[in-house]
Amino acid sequence: MRPLFVNVGERTNVTGSAKFRKLIAEGHYPEALSVARQQVEAGAQVIDVNMDEGLLDSVAAMRTYLNLLAAEPDIARVPVMVDSSKWEVIEAGLQCVQGKAIVNSISLKEGEAKFIEQAKACLRYGAAVVVMAFDEVGQADTEARKFEICERAYRILVDRVGFPPEDIIFDPNIFAVATGIEEHDNYAVDFIEATRRIKANLPYARVSGGVSNVSFSFRGNEPVRRAIHSVFLYHAINAGMDMGIVNAGDLPVYDDIEPELREAVEDVILNRKRADGRSPTEVLVDLAPKYKGGKGEGAKGPNLAWREASVAERLKHALVHGVTDYIEQDTEEARQQAERPLHVIEGPLMDGMNVVGDLFGAGKMFLPQVVKSARVMKQAVAYLLPFMEAEKEGQERQSAGKILMATVKGDVHDIGKNIVGVVLQCNNYEVIDLGVMVPADRILDEAQAHNVDIVGLSGLITPSLDEMVFVASEMERRGFKVPLLIGGATTSKTHTAVKISPQYKSGPTTYVLDASRAVGVVSNLLSPTERTRFVAATEADYAKVREQFARGQGNRARASLEEARANAFTPDWTIYDPVKPSFLGTRTFAPYDLNELARHIDWSPFFASWELVGRFPQILDDDVVGQAARDLYADAERMLARIIQQGLLEARGVVGFWPANADGDDIVLYTDEGRSTELTRLHTLRQQMIKTGEQANLALADFIAPVGTKPDWIGGFAVTSGHGELELAKQFKDAGDDYSAILSTALADRLAEAFAEALHRKVRTELWGYAPDEVFDIDALIGEQYRGIRPAPGYPAQPDHTEKATLFKLLDATPATGMELTESFAMTPPAAVSGLYFAHPEAHYFGVGRIEKDQVEDYARRKGWDVRTAERWLAPILNYDPA
Amino acid sequence: MTRQERIAALKAAAKERVLILDGSWGVMIQKRGLAEDDYRGERFKDAAGQLKGNNDLLCITRPDIIADLHDQYFAAGADISETNTFSATSIGQAEYGMEAAVRDINLEGARIGRRVADEWTAKEPDKPRFLAGSVGPLPVMLSMSSDVNDPGARKVTFEQVYAAYSEQMKALHEGGVDLFLIETITDTLNCKAAIKAIMDLEDQGYEPLPIWISGTITDRSGRTLSGQTVEAFWNSIKHAKPFAVGLNCALGADLMRPHIAELARVADTLVSAYPNAGLPNAMGEYDETPHQTGHQLHEWAEHGLVNILGGCCGTTPDHIRHVADEVRGLKPRQIPERPKAMRLAGLEPFELA
Repeated sequence: MRPLFVNVGERTNVTGSAKFRKLIAEGHYPEALSVARQQVEAGAQVIDVNMDEGLLDSVAAMRTYLNLLAAEPDIARVPVMVDSSKWEVIEAGLQCVQGKAIVNSISLKEGEAKFIEQAKACLRYGAAVVVMAFDEVGQADTEARKFEICERAYRILVDRVGFPPEDIIFDPNIFAVATGIEEHDNYAVDFIEATRRIKANLPYARVSGGVSNVSFSFRGNEPVRRAIHSVFLYHAINAGMDMGIVNAGDLPVYDDIEPELREAVEDVILNRKRADGRSPTEVLVDLAPKYKGGKGEGAKGPNLAWREASVAERLKHALVHGVTDYIEQDTEEARQQAERPLHVIEGPLMDGMNVVGDLFGAGKMFLPQVVKSARVMKQAVAYLLPFMEAEKEGQERQSAGKILMATVKGDVHDIGKNIVGVVLQCNNYEVIDLGVMVPADRILDEAQAHNVDIVGLSGLITPSLDEMVFVASEMERRGFKVPLLIGGATTSKTHTAVKISPQYKSGPTTYVLDASRAVGVVSNLLSPTERTRFVAATEADYAKVREQFARGQGNRARASLEEARANAFTPDWTIYDPVKPSFLGTRTFAPYDLNELARHIDWSPFFASWELVGRFPQILDDDVVGQAARDLYADAERMLARIIQQGLLEARGVVGFWPANADGDDIVLYTDEGRSTELTRLHTLRQQMIKTGEQANLALADFIAPVGTKPDWIGGFAVTSGHGELELAKQFKDAGDDYSAILSTALADRLAEAFAEALHRKVRTELWGYAPDEVFDIDALIGEQYRGIRPAPGYPAQPDHTEKATLFKLLDATPATGMELTESFAMTPPAAVSGLYFAHPEAHYFGVGRIEKDQVEDYARRKGWDVRTAERWLAPILNYDPA
Repeated sequence: MTRQERIAALKAAAKERVLILDGSWGVMIQKRGLAEDDYRGERFKDAAGQLKGNNDLLCITRPDIIADLHDQYFAAGADISETNTFSATSIGQAEYGMEAAVRDINLEGARIGRRVADEWTAKEPDKPRFLAGSVGPLPVMLSMSSDVNDPGARKVTFEQVYAAYSEQMKALHEGGVDLFLIETITDTLNCKAAIKAIMDLEDQGYEPLPIWISGTITDRSGRTLSGQTVEAFWNSIKHAKPFAVGLNCALGADLMRPHIAELARVADTLVSAYPNAGLPNAMGEYDETPHQTGHQLHEWAEHGLVNILGGCCGTTPDHIRHVADEVRGLKPRQIPERPKAMRLAGLEPFELA
C-alpha cells in the first residue's frame, strides 16, 4: 500500500491566495467560508487557516472566521490548522475551536524559554503542533541543520514539557529549487533526506510542509508547477512525509506526467547530474514553456487530438472513453448549434450512446467502461436540464420505456441492481430505482403511480426468494399485467420458472442472468413486434425447466434422518486433543486497520461483479478484457487509497470463543469451563443424500467433540467494513457519478471479505492459536489451504439464515460493531460477513443439499418452531413440496 | 488520610470494582418543598429578586439539607458524592445576581461534602468515601451563536469563561474536594476552557487533582449539543489526561448505551456513566423505577463497558442503592490499550495512524 498522506487545504490562507485575501479584507465572510467548503469537498482532511496580512487585524479576522466556520457542520467536521507566525493570533484561534486543532507553528526562533512556554500553552489548549526547523541562528536549509534543530525541539518537547510525541509535526522547511542559484539546487533533497532521518530517529513524530514553495520559480506556469509538486511529493512521501499543505484535488498522478517532463523535473528535485553536463534547472526552464498550455492541458499531457474534431464527434469520443473533462463545454457548444436543447440529447448524445451500446453488445466494451459512459451522459443531461425547463413548451423526453427496480424487503444488496439500472439508462430507458429493503406494497404502489412498463426485483440472500414469490402473487392479486424481471445472486432460472412465474399468470416473468442480458430482455418485452414471440419462447423454456424440476424431484432419493445420522462423520476423538483458545468470551476489533485489509483482498470476485471473468492478476493481461480490467483496477486502487487515506469506511469486527460440545446435530455452548450451564445451542443440518463408500452424511456438529468425550470449543465472528459505505455511495450517486458509487460499494464488499480472511488467519495463528506457525501467503489464503473453516449461516453448510440471530446475540455484535440484522437476516451495513469457526483438522466445507420432511420436523422441534415456520426458512432446500 | 492518600485509594478502588457515584440533587431538593426564605437565610435576606430555585445557594443558607443528601447517598452505597455547586460560577449565578457569593458557595459546598465523606470513611474504613467538585455547564456557549441572525456572534469570550471556571475551581480546591468533575458538557470548547483553568492552577501553587470529564449526548443523533461525535469529543479533551471520562444526563440508560459502548472503545482511561431515570414523561417527571435502572446498568457492568456508575436527573438514593447492589462483585471495565497515533477532531474524529 501507499503510505498515508494527509491533505491540508491551503486555500483559506491570505498569504497564499489573493482571492481569499480580498474576500477577508473586504469582509465577505460567507464567500470566504465557501472557499473552505470547496477544500473539504475536494478532499482536504484538515483546513489551514492563515490571516497573517499586514493590513488586516489578524486576531479579529481569525476569531471571526473560526466562529463562523463553527456554524457550518460540513466544514467544521474536519480539524482546523491554526496558522500564524504571531502567537497572539494562534492563541485567539485556539480559543475558538472546540475540536482538537493543529498549531502551525512554533519554533526555537526566539529561544528555549519562549518555545517551552508556547508548547505548554498548546498542551493545555489541547492542540497538536507543527514545529518549524528554525532556531536562534535562523531557518535550517541543509539536511544536517534541519535534523539537528528538529531533534533538539523533540527532546525539549518530550522530555521537558511532557508533550505527547504523536502530537508533534515537524516542518523542515520546503524551499524553492531551480532558482538559478547553485546553493538552492539541493533544497528538495535536503528536505527529503531530513524527513527520512526525522522519521527514523524521532519516534511517532510526523513531517509536514508547504509544498507550493518548492516550485516558486515557475510562477505562472501551473502545469509545470503541478508536475513539480507531484514529483516532489512522490519522493518526500516515500521518505516518510505524512502531510502537506496542498491544493487538494489539483495534483496530477505521478505516473500520468509526460515522461519527458517528469524526467526533467526529477533531475531538478533530486539534484541529479545529467549525462550531457547541462544543469537540470536549465533543461527544465527550456522545457517549461512547451507545457505551459491552457487549463487542464500541459503537465497531464494526454493525447488531445480528438479535441480538433466536430462537436458531435467530440461528444461521441467523450461518451465512448468516459471523459468528463470537457463535457459541459461541448454540450454547450452543441446546444448553441441545436434548435432546442432536447435535440442535443436526441441527436449527438444518443448517437454516442448508441455507439456505446453497439460496442458493448459486440463485446468490445465492458461494464466498467459502460458505467463510465453513463456518468458522462448524466452530466451532459444535467447540464441541459435547466435549459429544457426554461423552454415553456419543453416536453418530457421520450424514453424507450419506464422500468421500476427494487431490492426486496429484508435484503440490502444492490450492486448488481445498480449496474443493471445504469446499463438500461444508457439505452434510453427511464429507471425508477426504489433502493433496498423495499416492501411489496410500496413496489406496487410506486409501479402504479409511475405507470411503469416493467417491474424488476433483485435479491442476494435466500429469504429474498420467498419475498419475490410474494411480490409476484401480489401483482396477480392487484391485477398487474406488466412484465416482471427477476435478478440477483440468489435467483435462478429454475426458481423463477418453478416458484415465481406460476404466481403471476397475468403477465410474463423473466429471469435475467446478468446486466449484459438486461437490455435484450427489456427491449424484447417492450417491442410491439417481438414481444409475443419472446414471451412465448420464454414460457416454453420455463415449462421445460418445470418439467425437469418435477422429474428431478422424484429422482432425488434421500436417506432417512436416522440412516443419515448413523452414517455421520465420526473422527477418532481419542487421538485428537482440541486446542483451547487464548481467551473465552468476545473481543472487539474496532476500528480494524484498512491497510491491513487491503493486503488481503481477493480481486477475482471484484472483477466478476463487473462481469469481467478471469483470475486476478492474469485478467489484467487478458487479450479481450485486459484493457477494461486494467482501467478498472487502476480506478479501484485510486478509490481504495482515497477510502483509506480519508477514512471513508470503517471496519469493525468481533470474535468470540466458547466451550462447546456436540449433542446430536446440535452444538451446545457453555457459560464456562465447568460445562454445566448451557449458554445457548447452535443448530446444524445434516446431509440426506445417499452416500456411497466411505463418504459420510455430514453436519457441522460432527466437527465438534460430542458431550462426554473431550472438552472442545467453537468460535464465531461478525465483521463489517461497511460503516460509511451507504453515505459514500449516496454522495457519488447524488453527484451523478454511479460509476464511483458502484465502485465504492464493490470495494466495501471486498474489504469485508478480506476482513473475514484476515481475522480468520489471526484466529488460527493467535486468538485460537491452533496453527501458530502458519505462514502468510495470500494465494494459499484465497485457495483456503489452511486448517479450520468459517462457515456462515445462510450458506451451503448451514442454509438456515435464522442461526445468524443466535450468533449475533452470542457476539453482542450490534453494540460491538454496529452491525444489525434485517427481518430476513441480511446484515447491515451490507458489506459484512459473519460465521462460525471450527478448528478440527478434518473440518471442511460442504453443502447440506436437499433435506426430507423427517429432518425438517426434527429441526423444527429443536428450534422451537412449528413445521410451517421451518419449511418457510428452509424452503430453498426442501426435497418435497410442502402442502 | 491526606488528600494524596485519598486520591491513591480512589485509584486503587477503581482497579478493583465498579465505583458508584451519587444520584440527582435537583429532585431530592425539590422534594423538600423549600420556600424563598430557606434560600435567602440570614445572609441574603435583603437581596433583590427571587432566589428560590438557586439550589447551589443552599450550601450557605441550608447546609443541613446539603449534608443530609450527601449522607443519604453515601448510605445508599455511593463511593463518590458531588458537591452541590453545579451552577456556582459567576456566569451561572449572574441571573440571581449572586456573582459575589460564588467563592463562598464553592468553599462551603466543598467543606460540607468533605465532612460527611470523612465521617463515612471513619465509620467504614474499608470503603473510603470521596468528594468530587461539581463543575457544570454554563448558560452561554463558546461554539454556538447567541444570535440567530449572526452565526459568528458569541455572548462571552474564552477568557471570560476561563476566569469564571478558574474562580470556582480554586474555591473547590481550597474547600477540600478530591477531584474535579466537569459534567453535563454541552459545548466542548467551554469544557476546554475549564480544563485549561484546572491545568493552569498548578502554576499558581495548587496541588494537581484528578480531572473527571462527563459529556452529554443530547439525542439519538449521537452528538453533543455543539455537534461532536463521541470519539471527536474524546479526542478533543484527552489532553486533560482525565482520571475518568463519561456521559451523563439527557438520555436514559437504554438510549445512552450505544454511546457509552463507543466511548468505552476509544477512551484509554476509566469510563463513567450516569444516565437519567429514563426520559421525562408529559409532566416532566421521570418514571423509571430504581429496579429498572439497576437492572439496565447491571448489564453494562457485566459487559465490561463501565468503571463508574451513578444517576442523573430523576434518580434517588433508592436508585443508587439498586445500582450498587446490582453491580457488587462485578469486574470493572478493562482499560483498552490503544496504539499511539495522532488523533485530532473537528465535529468528527480524525486519526493518522
